Amino acid sequence: MQNDTAVEVRNISKIYSGNVEALREVSLAFPRGKLCTLLGPSGCGKTTLLKIIAGLIPANSGEVWVNGRQVDGPGPERAFVFQDFALLPWATVLRNVAFGLELRGMPPEQRNEIARKHIAEVGLAAFEASYPNQLSGGMRQRVGLARALAVNADIILMDEPFSAIDEQTRRKFQEELLDLLKHHRKTVIFVTHSIEEAAYLSDQITLLSPRPGRVAKTIAPGIDHSRGPDEIRRDKHYLDTVDEIWQMLKQYVD
Amino acid sequence: MTLFGRNIPIAFSLFVWFGLWEIVGRSGFSSFIPPFSKVIETAFVIAQTGKFAAAAAISLRSFAAGMALAIVVGLPLGFLMARVAFARRLLGMWVNIFVSAPISALVPLLMAVVGIGETTVVVTVFLFAVFVIVLDTQVGVQHADRSLVEMARSFGARRSQIYTKVLILSALPEILAGLRLGAIRGVKGVVIGQLLVAIIGVGELFELYSKHFLMEEFWALVMIVFLFAFAISESLAALERKVEYYAGSR
Amino acid sequence: MPRPGITSSPLFWQLASFALFFGAWEIAGRWPVSAAFPPFSATLLALLEMIGDGSLGKAYVSTLQPLLIGIAICGVAGIGFGIGMGLSRTVEWFTLPVFIILQAAPMAAIIPLITYLYGIGLTSKVLAVIFLAAPVVVMNSYKGIRNANPSLIQMCRSFQGSRRQEILKIILPHAAALIFTGLRLGLAMGFIGVVIAELLITPTGIGDLITYHSSVADYPQMFAAISSIILIAAVSLHALERVERRLFPAEIRGS
Repeated sequence: MQNDTAVEVRNISKIYSGNVEALREVSLAFPRGKLCTLLGPSGCGKTTLLKIIAGLIPANSGEVWVNGRQVDGPGPERAFVFQDFALLPWATVLRNVAFGLELRGMPPEQRNEIARKHIAEVGLAAFEASYPNQLSGGMRQRVGLARALAVNADIILMDEPFSAIDEQTRRKFQEELLDLLKHHRKTVIFVTHSIEEAAYLSDQITLLSPRPGRVAKTIAPGIDHSRGPDEIRRDKHYLDTVDEIWQMLKQYVD
Repeated sequence: MTLFGRNIPIAFSLFVWFGLWEIVGRSGFSSFIPPFSKVIETAFVIAQTGKFAAAAAISLRSFAAGMALAIVVGLPLGFLMARVAFARRLLGMWVNIFVSAPISALVPLLMAVVGIGETTVVVTVFLFAVFVIVLDTQVGVQHADRSLVEMARSFGARRSQIYTKVLILSALPEILAGLRLGAIRGVKGVVIGQLLVAIIGVGELFELYSKHFLMEEFWALVMIVFLFAFAISESLAALERKVEYYAGSR
Repeated sequence: MPRPGITSSPLFWQLASFALFFGAWEIAGRWPVSAAFPPFSATLLALLEMIGDGSLGKAYVSTLQPLLIGIAICGVAGIGFGIGMGLSRTVEWFTLPVFIILQAAPMAAIIPLITYLYGIGLTSKVLAVIFLAAPVVVMNSYKGIRNANPSLIQMCRSFQGSRRQEILKIILPHAAALIFTGLRLGLAMGFIGVVIAELLITPTGIGDLITYHSSVADYPQMFAAISSIILIAAVSLHALERVERRLFPAEIRGS
């Protein structure tokens, strides 16, 4: 495996009980330091693939390689951001962000210090002592993101992280995510069903076809993210990418 | 639970317990525990006796009358408390107290006031069942989908139509849950009422069997009564599951 | 005319609610509904008198003792068992159907038998409390464990949490509120159980007070004894509910 590939899946197939075929022979490589999107209509198995990469559910066949090693469970080099945030309702923002480190047995002062740094980074410094149910959806997902950053994994797996967040917050969040990734060199695998989100964020987009999920196409939009967000959203290249994806996905929508 | 690679339904574990009971019974471990097979045999024997038929009839009658009363009073009261603020404020506290109060303590009072007999048992069933029915109905109607009521109003529904076409149906899952809990409590009410009154129905039989140390008969009766309680609760639960499809969509 | 603000005060409605209930009771007693139905005022006087001469206090010592012992046993063994049922599929397979049946069953039917086994002492009363309270305590603990949010469990796994950490840091905190609710419902059943035991088998405590005054037709005293146990049950259950809301306020509740 080349050194610039962070994650690779080979011939992954997944059949759920009741003979629902979610994925068939999916092979994909995710380059290091890039943001790669898995895009497709609901039921195409994109979340299933992400959870297989995370080691949360087993595949029926196929292999997952991370940093040149085959894996069959969760590992410290991967951190997951959940669609429903998955925050402990009885724990403060601080404890939630430090939770991954708490599970590793890091002493409290040390893990809280790291957590505080990441809470500030996602702009929640004033909410350390708040409980998740006191926060808006957007703020809760910032906690989820800070928790993933705190364990210092080089691969971040994001499962439709912005789907439960309203449009304005979502745009702001997308911009901040790109900003954040400029400072941390992370590999991100991002699941979404939003074409615009995929085209705006990604270095690489993989389209999955539904039932069973297979790789339909892989696109590299090649958008220059050093320009401002408003400029990008008017960019012809960006708009062409959105259109290209839509032409491709249209056939799967009934 | 799997055995030899096959899934065994969870209800089958009851047979394991019955088997264990049989073994303990046969070993003569305690004269209080006759073998399970003997208990079942006895259950069929006593089920055919006139004494049991009379006890069952009077118990079922008390249960049915008490439940009917609880429904007739409980549903309208629940609606009233949900829709009229001052009714809720005046009565809410008492319903909340009595829904978890030891109603069993009221049985001697009923025996003194309404007499030692079937009426006491009927009122006991009523008191055990009514408060949870009121409470669940109130919660159901109060939580009834506001936008459904607004929709009905926007299409010019009259007040009576809002009740019959929206509120009752919308609150149905909670109302049925209340009825199921009420019925479970009602069965407990029959048994407790009859045990304390001591001269009627299955309560009298329980007293009789334990006083004369007829353990096979005693456990047979326990099995019959528990089976009845389970059947009532399961059939109402099945009814609940029938309306679950729209309870889930809220 | 009351000032407009007064009808929005909860205290006003609480007082009105008391006045309505006790007023209706007073009228029903004076009418009278039955010779055995004393008015509220007579019952209240009898209650004060019974508090004064110490008979009520003495009765409660022997009533509350088995109740507390029984609930404490349920709290340790019942919760522990319910947690085990929720965590182990094997334990669940063997015991869940039994507890589903017991929860719906009129356990009071067993009480006459207890006397035979354990006489009319403290043990019998404790057993009556346990028989009635245990099913709801066990089932609530079990449900609390089994209802743990699967997404939180996946989260714990994704950060390489061990099974031990999963149980201690996710499943148990998530179940805590429901377990506590089970204990409160268990106490409510325990009150029913101890009263039945005292009325049926052991001539002690508050049950004996009720039976005695009923047999000598001291109806105000009998009503006072009954009211006192309902009052004590209501106050203690309400207090537990407040503790519950304090420990597990809505915003941090997992379930």
